[in-house]
Amino acid sequence: MERHPFSTPIGWRGLFRIISERFLKLRNSRVARRALRNSLLLTGIGLFTFVVLLGIFADFLAITPYDEVQMRHRFEPPSAAFPFGTDNFGRDIFSRVVYGARISLQIGLSVVVLSGISGVIFGTLAGYFPRLDNVIMRVMDALLAFPEIILAIAIAATLGPSTANAIIALAVVYTPRTARVVRASVLVIRQMDYVTAAICAGATDMRILRRHVFPNTMAPLVVQLTFIFAYAVIAEAVLSFLGIGAVPPTPTWGNIIAEGRNYIREATWISLFPGLAIGITVLGLNLLGDGLRDVLDPRMKVRHG
Amino acid sequence: MIAFILRRLFAVIPVLLLVTLASFLLMRLIPGDPAMLIADISASDAEIEKIREQLGLNEPFLTQLLHWYGNLLRGDLGESYLLGRSVTQAIWERLPTTLSLTLLSFVLSTTIAVTLGVIAAVKANTWLDQFVMSFALIGVALPNFWMGLMLIILFSVHLGWLPSGGYVPLSEDFWGWLRTCTLPAISLALLQIGLLSRITRATMLEVLQQDYIRTARAKGLSKSKVVGKHALKNVLVPVITILGISFSLLISGSLVIETVFSLPGVGKLLGSAILRRDYPVIQGGLIFVAVSMIFINLLVDILYAWVDPRVRY
Repeated sequence: MERHPFSTPIGWRGLFRIISERFLKLRNSRVARRALRNSLLLTGIGLFTFVVLLGIFADFLAITPYDEVQMRHRFEPPSAAFPFGTDNFGRDIFSRVVYGARISLQIGLSVVVLSGISGVIFGTLAGYFPRLDNVIMRVMDALLAFPEIILAIAIAATLGPSTANAIIALAVVYTPRTARVVRASVLVIRQMDYVTAAICAGATDMRILRRHVFPNTMAPLVVQLTFIFAYAVIAEAVLSFLGIGAVPPTPTWGNIIAEGRNYIREATWISLFPGLAIGITVLGLNLLGDGLRDVLDPRMKVRHG
Repeated sequence: MIAFILRRLFAVIPVLLLVTLASFLLMRLIPGDPAMLIADISASDAEIEKIREQLGLNEPFLTQLLHWYGNLLRGDLGESYLLGRSVTQAIWERLPTTLSLTLLSFVLSTTIAVTLGVIAAVKANTWLDQFVMSFALIGVALPNFWMGLMLIILFSVHLGWLPSGGYVPLSEDFWGWLRTCTLPAISLALLQIGLLSRITRATMLEVLQQDYIRTARAKGLSKSKVVGKHALKNVLVPVITILGISFSLLISGSLVIETVFSLPGVGKLLGSAILRRDYPVIQGGLIFVAVSMIFINLLVDILYAWVDPRVRY
């Protein structure tokens, strides 16, 4: 008799196994088996999924609209009605943090996509065409010479405060970091026998890049992008905190903390909860990145004792 | 060694040129006309034109660039729109605050992180190791300006041990300085401690596997002596390489932390310049920080080559 997968308690690990086997068709993959044994990765996936779900279902979770002003309920400490308390306008901090998850994740994801694309373009050009290497990488070095937050602040401050400008600023800052990773892989892949074979077979540069080089740069790039997502969440909070990120009343974790700062003595809860939300997200992403690195590239594995 | 230093010095020149060029170009991205920003709202067209003339905005692009580089070489970063003094002077006045805060934080974070990393490596895979490494992971995940606010709540508001802001210069009163700088330095240090202790632990584990450690144990040295004398020296070498990154993070961190604790440093200067659109100060601060970082990294490279002669290729 075939046992139903849910007939016994399965736990998180079992659930991940079912998802990976049934839905992602990874039954015999070595990567999947390594992933299931990696508790860092699973914790990271769990934490990050939790925050993503908050962002996706913000409309259902936040019963009070995030910008509804209720002057009768100003500075209320956390209670059953307002789980995270209210701010100086009587707005529900829980709603604001949940919507903040949506906006902060959108910003993080946009930065990841933009810096990923431009990093692949510049990194591939530099790694595959030696004549472009020097020019591109010197410009990237110059960008890397700036501490990342300070460059992002300067760009965002110059362009003016808005969500789009914060995304542009962060994407510019993180592009050299992705480009470097892509270039390093391309330099190695270019020397591989299968690339030489493809050249001998008469493949064009475009075809070699698309079919042979690009797929093999993905693993280290994905790891790097996971960390960039984490940095971008913190950096966005810094920009919002300094007043050059998303413009209020749009809630981002950074500007909720900034608004709460003036009332930090009387109403600590305003700033407390968005900070914890950032912590959970970044912790999840960092664990995910560490885990992915172990799983995708065991050679880079940091020894765990 | 001298040849190595000279080679590194020459390699710095193109980076310096590009960094300053990037800062110059960035200021061209300002939406609108800088002259309009400086002028009063009631200024007539002729007055605005006069300001444009004074700023050299009517010159051709290349002339402006060369003029700007000429000023830069003389250490002239331009005039602040609002402070009534040169940007160089404004930065110079606030530098001691930032430097003393950064150094205090650096000393704190390095000693704590190396200690924690060594303990975690020696007690690898015990509850102590897991506790220390969880602490490190959480330290990296929480934003430092938020940690600053929470430390204020705990230590200034509830316990009343330390002030929540203000600044006493080091030259006036050491204990006053320490009291005002401790909380900001700790909030800055947490991220460092998280990063550095993980690296120290990983390196220590690697070093402890080496043959010479086994030899030292075999000849009868105690474990603490082996770790303290033989292993620690070799752990510190890779730690030096990330000192540059540490300083970069501390300086970026101090920007926000000074705003949180209202310390009159370079970070606070930049923070208020951003709010008031004082572009020359933003640009000057950016260049100042980037150029200092380039030289700190150069110094770290040289230090590294001095400690580990294999690097001198």
